[in-house]
Amino acid sequence: MSEPPHDEHQLTDGSRKAAERRIRNRALTIGFSVTPFGLSFGAVSVEAHLSLVQVCLLSLVLFSGASQFALVSIIGAGGSYFSAVGTALLLGVRNGLYGARINALLRPSGWRRFVMAAVTIDESTAMAVSEAPSGNAARAFWSTALCVYVLWNVSTVIGALVGNALGSPATTGLDVAGPAAFVALLAPRLTTLRMRMVALGSGLIALVTVPVVPVGAPILIGGLTAVALLLVFDR
Amino acid sequence: MKLWLAVLIACAGCAVLKLAGFVVPARLLESAVARRILEALPVTLLSALISVSVFATGNHLMLDSRAAGLAVALILVAIRAPFLVVVVAACATAAGLHAL
Repeated sequence: MSEPPHDEHQLTDGSRKAAERRIRNRALTIGFSVTPFGLSFGAVSVEAHLSLVQVCLLSLVLFSGASQFALVSIIGAGGSYFSAVGTALLLGVRNGLYGARINALLRPSGWRRFVMAAVTIDESTAMAVSEAPSGNAARAFWSTALCVYVLWNVSTVIGALVGNALGSPATTGLDVAGPAAFVALLAPRLTTLRMRMVALGSGLIALVTVPVVPVGAPILIGGLTAVALLLVFDR
Repeated sequence: MKLWLAVLIACAGCAVLKLAGFVVPARLLESAVARRILEALPVTLLSALISVSVFATGNHLMLDSRAAGLAVALILVAIRAPFLVVVVAACATAAGLHAL
């Protein structure tokens, strides 16, 4: 076996360290940006008369911010349990679609796929997809999943116990932390004009449907229609 | 009691939905079309998520401080600003406009 040249070895080692640092920093940024929502979720849930155990169960097991918020907001506003659960499930469908991509990308086996499925959400998927070309998809997925899971659950408990000290995420501007992070993570995948048009089309189709379909449906309609259009263009 | 049932059904249902993507037989994911669909789906779903979380509240379309935050994020991403700068500047812009 021949030794790799010294400087080349250093270069790959250096770029590996740089990738690890980049992923760690981004995962932490994303993790901390969900904490105001966790605080808010905990507070809103208690106001909707959920017990502490129920609130924690949602963050530990359901673990999907949009679905959790929909569930407790609709219950809190006096809506039916049927529409509350229905909306939460509708918002959860995209996690299944992400799962198919993560499954193809990371090929987990045995018990790992259950753990992976449990933490397949917007944030972990966006990071994994973003790092796929660099070969660091698995590290990106697990780092983000861990950061978001821990900080989401800790902030949920604090929010439920002491209320939302920060005020609504809107006053701190943190309601755009997610969108801004996703824009930055998607940008490297949007290098061709066609993919940019498809992404833009997806956003526009979703918005057009917002006033006329149930909450949760626009994202699915936009995302699925845009992929269908892409396939048609490609033929 | 009904509340417990709602919480448990939501938890179980969302867990099943998450798992659905992982039980698709691998051979179904091998074809060229399936690969194209799977690679594009997270991009289109996240694009739709971005636009809905910026320009909508519930069933209503809205143009508020969030749009300015998104615009700042797009500009900073276009000039290749670091990730943290993009996120913080977008939040600061939205918070600043919100406070006005």
